[in-house]
Amino acid sequence: MATVVTDPNAAPAVHYLNWRKTVASWLFSLDHKRIAILYLISISVFFFVGGLLAAAFRLELLTPEGDLMQADTYNRYFTLHGVVMIFFFLIPSIPAVLGNFLIPLMIGAKDVAFPKLNLASWYVYMIGGTLGVLVLVTGGVDTGWTFYSPLSTTYANTNVFLAAMAAFVTGFSSILTGLNFLVTIHTMRAPGLTWFRLPLFIWAHYATSIIQVLATPVVAIAIFLIAIERVWGVGVFDPALGGDPILFQHLFWFYSHPAVYIMILPGMGVISEVIACNARNRIFGYPFIAFSSVAIAIVGFLVWGHHMFVSGQAMYSSLVFSVLTMLVAVPSAIKIFNWVGTLYRGNIVWTAPMLYAMGFLGLFAIGGGTGLFLGVTGTDIHLHDTYFVVAHFHYVMVGGAVMAYLAGLHFWWPKITGRLYNHLLGKLSAIIVFIGFNATFFPQFLLGMQGMPRRYHSYREEWQLLNIFSTSGAMILGIGFLLPVLYFTWSLVFGRRAGANPWGAKGLEWEKASSPPSPHNFDHDPVVTEEAYAYTGREQLSV
Amino acid sequence: MIDFRVLPEKASTFAESVDPLYWFLILFVGGFFLVVCAVVLYWGVKYRQRPEEDRPSYHPHAIKLEIAWTVVLVIIALGIFVWGSVLFFRAYDAPDDALEISVMGKQWMWKIRHPNGMRETNELHVPVDTPVRLTMTSQDVIHSFFIPAFRLKQDVLPAKYTTMWFKATKTGEYPLFCAEYCGTEHSTMGGRVFVMEPEAYAAWLRGEGGGEAPDDVLAAGRRLYDRLGCAACHTAGVENRGPLLEGIHGTTVEMTTGETVVVNDEYLRESILNPSYRVVKGYAPLMPSYKNQLEDEELMNLIAYIKSLPKQQVAIAEVK
Ligand code: HEC
Ligand SMILES: [Cu+2]
Ligand SMILES: [Cu+2]
Repeated sequence: MATVVTDPNAAPAVHYLNWRKTVASWLFSLDHKRIAILYLISISVFFFVGGLLAAAFRLELLTPEGDLMQADTYNRYFTLHGVVMIFFFLIPSIPAVLGNFLIPLMIGAKDVAFPKLNLASWYVYMIGGTLGVLVLVTGGVDTGWTFYSPLSTTYANTNVFLAAMAAFVTGFSSILTGLNFLVTIHTMRAPGLTWFRLPLFIWAHYATSIIQVLATPVVAIAIFLIAIERVWGVGVFDPALGGDPILFQHLFWFYSHPAVYIMILPGMGVISEVIACNARNRIFGYPFIAFSSVAIAIVGFLVWGHHMFVSGQAMYSSLVFSVLTMLVAVPSAIKIFNWVGTLYRGNIVWTAPMLYAMGFLGLFAIGGGTGLFLGVTGTDIHLHDTYFVVAHFHYVMVGGAVMAYLAGLHFWWPKITGRLYNHLLGKLSAIIVFIGFNATFFPQFLLGMQGMPRRYHSYREEWQLLNIFSTSGAMILGIGFLLPVLYFTWSLVFGRRAGANPWGAKGLEWEKASSPPSPHNFDHDPVVTEEAYAYTGREQLSV
Repeated sequence: MIDFRVLPEKASTFAESVDPLYWFLILFVGGFFLVVCAVVLYWGVKYRQRPEEDRPSYHPHAIKLEIAWTVVLVIIALGIFVWGSVLFFRAYDAPDDALEISVMGKQWMWKIRHPNGMRETNELHVPVDTPVRLTMTSQDVIHSFFIPAFRLKQDVLPAKYTTMWFKATKTGEYPLFCAEYCGTEHSTMGGRVFVMEPEAYAAWLRGEGGGEAPDDVLAAGRRLYDRLGCAACHTAGVENRGPLLEGIHGTTVEMTTGETVVVNDEYLRESILNPSYRVVKGYAPLMPSYKNQLEDEELMNLIAYIKSLPKQQVAIAEVK
């Protein structure tokens, strides 16, 4: 270990947050930590925009008749909810905020490999985001976030072009971030930090970056082809022009299925860190979790056709996609087993991030398990495009990715800000989110089983009760999400100083960097001499 | 009173064969979830950090366990895959004697036509215990024909035919939906399926139970066939410029490329709209395309007419 000269527990007088104070020093900062904060603020804004849209159409769904808003309004709301949540919140969430902040710290580097590119990614993201906002104020878009042709290319008369451009531009931010992380992880690890000593958070981001770099260009191409068709009338997808609408679905899902892993894999990385620290144990089956991320990233490229079992795709293609889908479920299940195994003979501390992580385990188990219903051809026929699908992917995306993001935010907040939040409120919000989430989305499994199609503005009377449950749950969930905003903000001003390592965690970011870290992360270049998660079981909390 | 059920009423042979798989999956996934929760809670309490205990951290080397559960998981995954695929196969494989009904989707209604030309909108009357095959297309965007009670759905595409078949097992009235988002009124694009006793269906077909004025599909198809001059080439005898179309549906045809094709609605459609795409072996690509001369519905009539041409005529023509 490198010798530590300054006491890392003392709050540093100069750190990355206060060493320069102008607005320009933030907007033009090349510091990965400041860029992470820029992302944190921007994605939070989008998250609340997306959430408000959801609240509005959940209110509409309280009654079977379409009474609160027009069908067209409803259609725009759910479309924008999907576009905003996926492209502007979930995809950047963990990688761009936590990944940006933590990857250099975890591997003992001063910054990412290409700091200017990193800042550029944020600007690209903001340009995409601005286009997104422009869509919102110029009347919205009503094609569904899936943009299926020919509805999107020929029939919709809303702002499809602008919305597609927004997604197109944002995609590049994702590609650049992935590229940056790949190079950083390959070239900038501290001496002694071999691949199998890397925190699993890094492995997960490595796998994610591969997908970002390889899959995102395909959706860019698809969007570009739509533009060519709409603007110049070249037939690509529109059958009236001799195109093939199924081709669009192939291109779309070739990206959008792996995109699911862009959203969930980093979450899995967070969960590994949080569970190991809070169980004061080494991760059960470290190489299995590490390689399962890579396996998911690779096999995940070959399963997109499971979105198209009833689209008119050839039967045998469907069977191939189905068997691969069943196999890609295996590494996820292996991860769950290993996380649970990590608790065995540990010294578990029940902190707020740990509660979030355990919530993740339960919800992800359901989310992944219900994926089987949809990956199996015979059962997907009935469930495809019903509320069952909506419930399934919200269990994975919100129950999985958002829970993990919140777990991570609660875990690293003291590191990021140097302050402790109200820990009791933190636990409370974890419980409220868990309850509210299940109340919102569990009824939707039942609705889907009963045959309620998704994207319905009005519905049959017999489905009202379950919809009322779902809407009520959404309100609880909303409170669960607002609570952290309040106590996090409060902590910025009134929170106790955190000290370098309030959780007693292992890892360079906790052991070698102050809270908040200095502008250049470490006072001395760290050297790594031990495995990741070398917990003794005696680490103490100081929160 | 709340009549609660997890799965809707089942009213087709497919629903009967697939429901056990739903129940298996529900129990399997539910069980998995409960086991995860139970273990987390049990160990979470048992192994919580306590000042009075000094438990050194655990460094597992459980390779055998890891391999064991991986293998078990793969076997379970493949087992479920096989079970589901067998069912899927069945949902594809329509019996030859199925009753043919055509479905046209358009924003935002379903137009349905029976073999004798009887039409209906947003309602589908079918006989019980009889295999029925729907040949479907869309006039505009993609829709999806969804009957929860049958556990079946199929996307309906513009400029292409897709099919779906079922055998209803229980008379009654069941909801019908559009499941693929198709624009403003997507959620109202649905209706009802009436499963009737065969006699009642026959009576309904004669127009005794409502429905729109029957218009004879085959007659309409024949008129088109004459008007467009198909017979000029597709007639046995003197020049033999084009292959005979009598009894062609369901047979296997060889192309100039050596590829063989089973003649179905989709192939007939392609032959008429895009004849040079695949050319029948032994013939020159003489046939003109009828792409912009036929409405979707006319095309369906024409195909129905070709399908109705009986095989015997071929024999007679050849003897001549
Ligand atoms: C100018 C002559 C000509 C006319 C008119 C014509 N066809 Fe053809 N048709 C052909 C030839 C030659 C072939 C075989 C080569 C090919 O596959 O293109 C053919 C092939 C077909 C086939 C595929 C048959 C098989 O054995 O696979 C169908 C179906 C067909 N025609 C339907 C029609 C219909 C319906 C019309 C009227 C709307 C029509 N044709 C008008 C010449 C003609
Ligand atoms: Cu997918
Ligand atoms: Cu629809």
